[in-house]
Parts: sequence; C-alpha cells; structure tokens
Amino acid sequence: MLTLCKGEFSVERDDDRCIRCLVCVRQCPFDVHKYDEEEDRIYSDESKCVGCQRCATLCPTDAITIRYEPMEMKENANWKTYHLTNIYKQAETGGVLLTGMGNDKPYPIYWDHILLNASQVTNPSIDPLREPMELRTYLGRRPDLLDIEDGDELILKTEISPQLKLELPVMFSAMSYGAISLNAVKSLARAAAIAGTYYNTGEGGLHKDLYKYGKNTIVQCASGRFGISPDYLNAGSAIEIKIGQGAKPGIGGHLPGEKVLEEISETRMIAEGTDALSPAPHHDIYSIEDLRQLIFALKETTAYEKPVGVKIAAVHNSAAISSGMVRAGADFIVLDGLRGGTGAAPLVTRDNVGIPIELALASVDQRLREEGIRNKASLIVAGGIRSSSDVIKAIALGADAVYIGTAALVALGCHLCQKCYTGKCAWGIATQDPYLTKRLNPEIGTRRLVNLLKAWSNEMKELIGGMGINAIESLRGNRLQLRGVGLTDTEYRILGILPAGE
Amino acid sequence: MRRIYVKEDVCIGCRLCEIYCIVQHSKSKNIIKAFRDEPRPLPGVIVEEKGPISFALQCRHCDDAPCVESCITGAMQRMEDGRIICDIDRCVGCWTCIMVCPYGAIRMDQNRKVASKCDLCIGEDIPVCVKNCPNEALMYEE
Repeated sequence: MLTLCKGEFSVERDDDRCIRCLVCVRQCPFDVHKYDEEEDRIYSDESKCVGCQRCATLCPTDAITIRYEPMEMKENANWKTYHLTNIYKQAETGGVLLTGMGNDKPYPIYWDHILLNASQVTNPSIDPLREPMELRTYLGRRPDLLDIEDGDELILKTEISPQLKLELPVMFSAMSYGAISLNAVKSLARAAAIAGTYYNTGEGGLHKDLYKYGKNTIVQCASGRFGISPDYLNAGSAIEIKIGQGAKPGIGGHLPGEKVLEEISETRMIAEGTDALSPAPHHDIYSIEDLRQLIFALKETTAYEKPVGVKIAAVHNSAAISSGMVRAGADFIVLDGLRGGTGAAPLVTRDNVGIPIELALASVDQRLREEGIRNKASLIVAGGIRSSSDVIKAIALGADAVYIGTAALVALGCHLCQKCYTGKCAWGIATQDPYLTKRLNPEIGTRRLVNLLKAWSNEMKELIGGMGINAIESLRGNRLQLRGVGLTDTEYRILGILPAGE
Repeated sequence: MRRIYVKEDVCIGCRLCEIYCIVQHSKSKNIIKAFRDEPRPLPGVIVEEKGPISFALQCRHCDDAPCVESCITGAMQRMEDGRIICDIDRCVGCWTCIMVCPYGAIRMDQNRKVASKCDLCIGEDIPVCVKNCPNEALMYEE
C-alpha cells in the first residue's frame, strides 16, 4: 500500500568528504544507509531516518548532516503536519500511535518564567570556592517535635524515622532494566554510588549484578509486581510504590515479549518471551486505605528500617491525593509531571494528560503545609528537570529533591529521537539487542553521569551562594527567592510567588 | 611493555580503529586524501565480527614471537622497546610469518607484496586505534 507518510529527516552526504568507510552503514539500526559496491556509493533511505544523529556523530569526516525536514504542507494554523501525519499513520495501521520520551508540545514551561534572586549590598553573597557550601539532603519522615533530654549531654529521645542521605538533591528516576539496557542501569547505579545519591530500579526488578549497589538503590513496587521478593525489597535503601508516571498517567506498562530475554526473565521473575504487562491500576489499591495497607505491608517486610514512598503522576487533584498519601504513611511522595519521560506510551496520552510539575509541586507543598503535615513526608519532583537552575527553582518552590531521567539519559548519549519504543536505540540505551547494548560502555556512562552531577553541584552552589545561602536546606520552600515573569495572576497565586518588580 | 588489549563486550564493530590505522600509516595522514587519492595501506588492526560479537585484533607483539624466528630475511624484527615491526625493504613476501602467527594478525599487502601488521604507531604515545575508539574498547596497558 502506498504510504502517505514521508520521512521527517533529510540525510545530506557531502560526497567530497565521504570516504566510504561504511561506519554509517554499520551504525544505523534503522537501515537507512546501504552501500552499493558496484557503484561505490552509499544510498540513504531517508524515509527510515529517525534523526538520532548516530551516523553524523560517528562519521570520521563529518560528511553527514541530518536535517529535520518534515513534509511541508500548505500552511494551516489548525491542521498542523503533526495532525496530518498522525492521521495518515492511523489510517494506514488502525493502531494507537506510540512514542517515547516526554511530552514535546509547547505547553508553558514555568521554570522559564521563574527567576532567582541574588544578594546585593544589604546581605552578603557567598563564594562557594572560598566557603563551605552544603547540598546534603535527607529524605524521609520528620518528627513533629523533638524530645530532647537536657543534661550534661543532650540526648535525643525522639525516634527518628529511617532517612535517605543524599550528597546533592538530585536522584536518577525510575527506569527499569527492560526499558533500558543493563549497561545503562549499571551506569546509573555506579554513578549514584560515586556521587552519593540514589537510582531507582523502576519496575524491572534488580539484576543479580546490581545487588552490590543496594545502598544507593530505591527499589520500586509497581502494579505488575515484577521481580518483587523479600530479598529485593530489602536490597535497596528505600521502597517506592509506583502508582503513576508523568508521561502516561492512568496507563500501565507493556514490555513486549521479544525483549524478555533470559536475564530480564530472571530479573523480573517471569517466563522468557512473555509480555510483561503492568496493569493501569494496582488491583489491590482502590483507595487511600488500600494504599496504607501496601505501605505497611512493605514496612513490615523491611522491619521499618527503610523509608517507603509513593509516586504519582501530577494530575488535577494531586494536592488532595498527596495529603492522602502522606496520611497513609508514605515517608516520601514523588510527583512526576507532564513532561516526564517513558520508554513507550500512547502518543495521545503523553501529549495530553497530566499537569506541569511546577504547578503540581507548588500546590502540593502548599496543601501539605496548610494541613500541617509537610514534615511527615519528603517531596520529590520529576518530569522535565533540565538543568541545575531547574533543580534550584524546584527546591525553592518546595521540593526536597528532584529525580532526573531524561537528563541522565541525555548524559549517556540519548538524542531524544523518541524511538525508544522500537527497541532499536542507536545509542545502546533503550534496547536489549546485544549488538546495540554494547554501544553504551558502562565505564564511560558512569563517568559522564558523575560529571553531570558534579557540574550541577558546582552550579547549584554558585546559585545559592549568590543568594547568600550556604545550605540548600535554607532554600527549601523559600519562595521569596523566586520571582515570575510573564505569568497570569492565577499562575502567580498557584505558584505562590510574586511577579518580578514586586 | 605496553600492549593493546580489547574489551570485546564494548567493541561496537564500527571499524573506526581500522580507518584511523589506515590514515596513520598513509602518506599524507589526511583522512580524505588517504582514502581517496593515495595508495591505501592495509590496516594493522582487523575487526573480527560474528553476530553481535566483535573485537579488534592486532599483532600481540609476543615475547616469543614465531614470526621473528621464522622470518627468512630478518625483515620481521623486534625493536629495542619490545615492539615487533616488519622492515618492508627487507620483506620478500614469502608469507612464512603469516603461516606461523598464532593470532592471524599479519596480512598480505598484495600491492606491495610485503607483510602488513600493527607497529603500535611509531612516534605516537598512544596508538591511534586506541585513541580513536569511540567506546573505549581498546586499552594500551602494561
């Protein structure tokens, strides 16, 4: 059948530079480049190109340029090429359109409308190169009051709930072994161990090689319950119950059987070659009371030694749900915003469901404060944290820490082509094909992630030092350090910040 | 002595090692000229590949090198620093070295009728295959 969908990219090959070394031919998992020996020429099938830039990056003579050139249709403000090509695809296949990574539509990005303060004259700013700065963060339930016995020595009588200790308020979000390659998970785990933070297993179980990073692991318990055993739950430092994901609120997960090879089958504790289907809801959680049962079942299993948290997608009534989650016993809650990533999601869900994380964060933090329970749980936000300034703004808005997923994958080489769901990731990240997974050397991956966290740490110290603050704790929920530009009165109210100039 | 070792679990079969080896041993050392305008030398490194498994193989510069022992003209010789090179002015192309090499790391240069192999990039601190491997699958170590 004639397809009406043309490729989105053009492949330009500078023939004066191309030496026919065939690196592009070997590196493209989508079979774009083909070498014709008879003519000594490389033909490129542009219709297959996804714009991952692997060939252009590895070409030793810079002979290849990949350009985004979608089909140019007659200009129409309503019927964008996006809508037309989607309809063509659906008319041809009858299927739900799939995609990967996070929402790429131009919804407001509030981080870019928030500006940070700095000290001038009336209070001194701090130079992080000369003075100690503290980014250390603890996550977990805090007591309402501290009971201290006075005497020669102060004795803390209050029993403190288990806490996670982070050297910087950034962790790697849940990405399962299955959605990403073992080399990618190893890179995350090792980097978390070196940087003194945590990575999250996602719903992929814990591979036997990764138990040794347990101290820096948050194990997830999601609706499919894959790979869960008492050993698994006790292997990590904290447990996260996953209710929802920012990229696809209300949707479960599906790891196709082709990806469930021997090691994934062993890790997830399911038969080889079977689809790993995570139901949309937890079938044993239909209320806050049910959630409480699971939270305490997990706490029982781990002898109340580990914090147990709950992750939800940021949706319209996140604030009320968060209050319920805290009251149900969650030691930390995670909000995953509209722009959170995924290995695979229906395009229509990814692009249209959920709310921006900035608004969810501000409203949840506000609600928990109003109810006097903000101390009972730490607040972690995820979904679209792109830089150290986003982290600082999130913390000033009220977050205790952030999760980064996409940013971590970009550090590993991801070029956001959004083809994770095909399992053919050219960068060896979102694939299980042994020919492709080798492309991510975990030693390089670890180094790059550690560098990213180091760079962000230094930048965060510069930013808070500029505000005259020497510990990130003093910035937490300090919305006076934020000013907005170009927002509406309602947005200022929800964010709880003032417009610049006021 | 330092030798090149391969981590086959991260060799991605791109063959950039071969390409940079060719450039390094070309007349101009310019990648485009070396491939398009000049007689192209054989790479001293060979990427072996089967299915998803691949690795770059080059002369191991053996301590007890059968190629040196069996060379009938003395072309195959050990330098002071331990590396083994083939003096192409002396090589007569009898291919005895190829027959005795336990690794299959020597190839016939059919154009020049001489044996071709890795020389660990004379004059370079680190051989170019190691330096240019995009996935750090090659190491140059003791």
